[in-house]
Amino acid sequence: MTADLSRWTPQPRAAGVTYISAEAKATLDLSESRVQGLADEATWDMATSLGLSPQLTTGAVLGDLVEQGHDIVVCTADLGRPTQVIGFGRKYPDRYFNFGIAERNMIGAAAGLATTGHIAVISNYSFFLALMGVENIRNDICYPGLNVRMIGTHSGIAMGFYGTSHHCNEDIGALRAIAGLTVMAPCDGMAIRAAFTNTIAHHGPVYLRAGRGREKPVYSAPPNFRIGGSNTLREGKHATVLAIGNLVSASLDAAEILAAEGIELGVVDMYSIAPIDKEAIHRAAVAHGVVITAEEHNVSAGFGSAVAEVMAEEGLAATLVRIGMPDQYSLLGPPTHLYCHYGLDAEGVAASVRKVLRKGVGKGLA
Amino acid sequence: MQTKKTSRPQHAVSRELLREKARLIRLETLRMTDICGSGHYGSSFSMAEIVAALYYRFMHVRAGEPQWPDRDRFTMGKGHAAIGLFPVLSDLGFFPQTWLDNYTRFKSPLGDHPDMKKVPGVDFSSGSIGHNLSVSVGMALGTRRRGSPARTVCLMGDGEQTEGQVWEAAISGAHWGLDNLVGIVDINAAGSDGDPQETMKTEPLRAKWEAFGWRTFVLADGHDLDAVSATLQAALNEPDGRPTCVLAYTVSGKGVSFMEHGWQWHLGFLGPKDLQQAYKEVLEGSVG
Repeated sequence: MTADLSRWTPQPRAAGVTYISAEAKATLDLSESRVQGLADEATWDMATSLGLSPQLTTGAVLGDLVEQGHDIVVCTADLGRPTQVIGFGRKYPDRYFNFGIAERNMIGAAAGLATTGHIAVISNYSFFLALMGVENIRNDICYPGLNVRMIGTHSGIAMGFYGTSHHCNEDIGALRAIAGLTVMAPCDGMAIRAAFTNTIAHHGPVYLRAGRGREKPVYSAPPNFRIGGSNTLREGKHATVLAIGNLVSASLDAAEILAAEGIELGVVDMYSIAPIDKEAIHRAAVAHGVVITAEEHNVSAGFGSAVAEVMAEEGLAATLVRIGMPDQYSLLGPPTHLYCHYGLDAEGVAASVRKVLRKGVGKGLA
Repeated sequence: MQTKKTSRPQHAVSRELLREKARLIRLETLRMTDICGSGHYGSSFSMAEIVAALYYRFMHVRAGEPQWPDRDRFTMGKGHAAIGLFPVLSDLGFFPQTWLDNYTRFKSPLGDHPDMKKVPGVDFSSGSIGHNLSVSVGMALGTRRRGSPARTVCLMGDGEQTEGQVWEAAISGAHWGLDNLVGIVDINAAGSDGDPQETMKTEPLRAKWEAFGWRTFVLADGHDLDAVSATLQAALNEPDGRPTCVLAYTVSGKGVSFMEHGWQWHLGFLGPKDLQQAYKEVLEGSVG
């Protein structure tokens, strides 16, 4: 080689790079891993990668529901490991169908499984499930009203540098327009557990919009979770943020930041997007004269837009401020850098709220 | 419309040069994954000889004119292996090496998947498996209509063969007799959930591609540069009125002993001591 060989020596850790922890590794079944015998604790392979996403509890909760007698089958498209249903597949191989990389085939087959009396669960990346499969979801699952649960993971810009094909800021917009489909967004592992458990008796299609599994947890136990509901996590006299997904924990942290400045911010986890909790919107609008929404999704056609529809139709006299992705494609980079850039972290939410209230929007800081 | 002859002269390069370019792909894949914190080692290493032969021996491209209408096109169905393409595009002069040094960092044009809007030399974006053979059919139709000598090469994964859209594209490529179109399947036996043949069997692939009307070559060792070159010569420069499929049997992680074979290193990360060992093996190895 003629090039400078010094390029090919290990470099110090870069900012924003995620490494697996020894604690996470210790919780894993590493029988298939090939990192054993290698030199570094920081080294990980596909078998170890599950430890990077502890909030993806889908496989565990579905296993519990099968034990309780629910006739569940699980479908995935070569993403059993990244979406963490592979453990379910090992435990219940006759209830687990991996279609390979064939999303539309999987969606149709899940519909077919549901017609035979099974609760068919699809676990896949949100962008390939909801964006690629939207027409199959509409025609095969939703129009017949079949009992299919879909969990679309890694939504929003959680995949950062994987690029635009792996970002999903459009799934709420695409899916909340489909009649008969319940759309909800569990914000952490406990919420995913509650979402599957509490809707198990609901007959009809449900889409759960989940993150990458690396989210900061909000709940220490399975929360209240019902179709059309919400959870008020913090009361505040100056404004309320109605948040979904990652933005719930970011808003809670923003409330802490603002509290030190004398601004009292309420936070509601609006996990049910379609149908939506109109009462929660009503309360926020009447109390503050301003409604702030926060989502890791395009602000057009997303959760904030759903709130806008309610405010307009109910004649609520309040200003709406939507925090979320602008109507453009995200830059590439480590997710934490992107959240900072787009104002979707705690500092970003705090800055948006501060700006709104200092401008005197709504009832301001009175 | 008549098919225009699309044979183009090979660039006069030695096997040794191609071997060094494949080594560069592997070294830079290791380095850029270190910068990023995760990377598709297995997929990049399995295609290294094929990509080196394509870009340095067969394809006609112009680094100073990335949109040259008569350029040969390269699309990736397996876009997650872009980390192995970027060092080649940089080496050819499409963009400076500093772009590689900033791989996946904030605002970088180079991400885990190739992006045509951000990276000169990338002919089409990728990342959603199964799209790009269809795109390549359109490119081949378009360049043929223009009377261009351009060839379009689409590199797919073995896991990708489960996507229905691949077979829709295959039907249309044969229907229109696109002998300026070459599909290569990098059969490295590594997917997210394991060996694609265990997840969802697609073999026998030769019989399938032939049944779909494609001239099909089996490249038994996708790391043997003489065999790679001979097969690509036939595929690209001896058109016979049909599209061509090259079934390239490769080894995931080829070139680093502890990564070779198996699906585990489809995606991963090496800590500094393991990375040092990997650099050593690639620098001292003789793959190709």
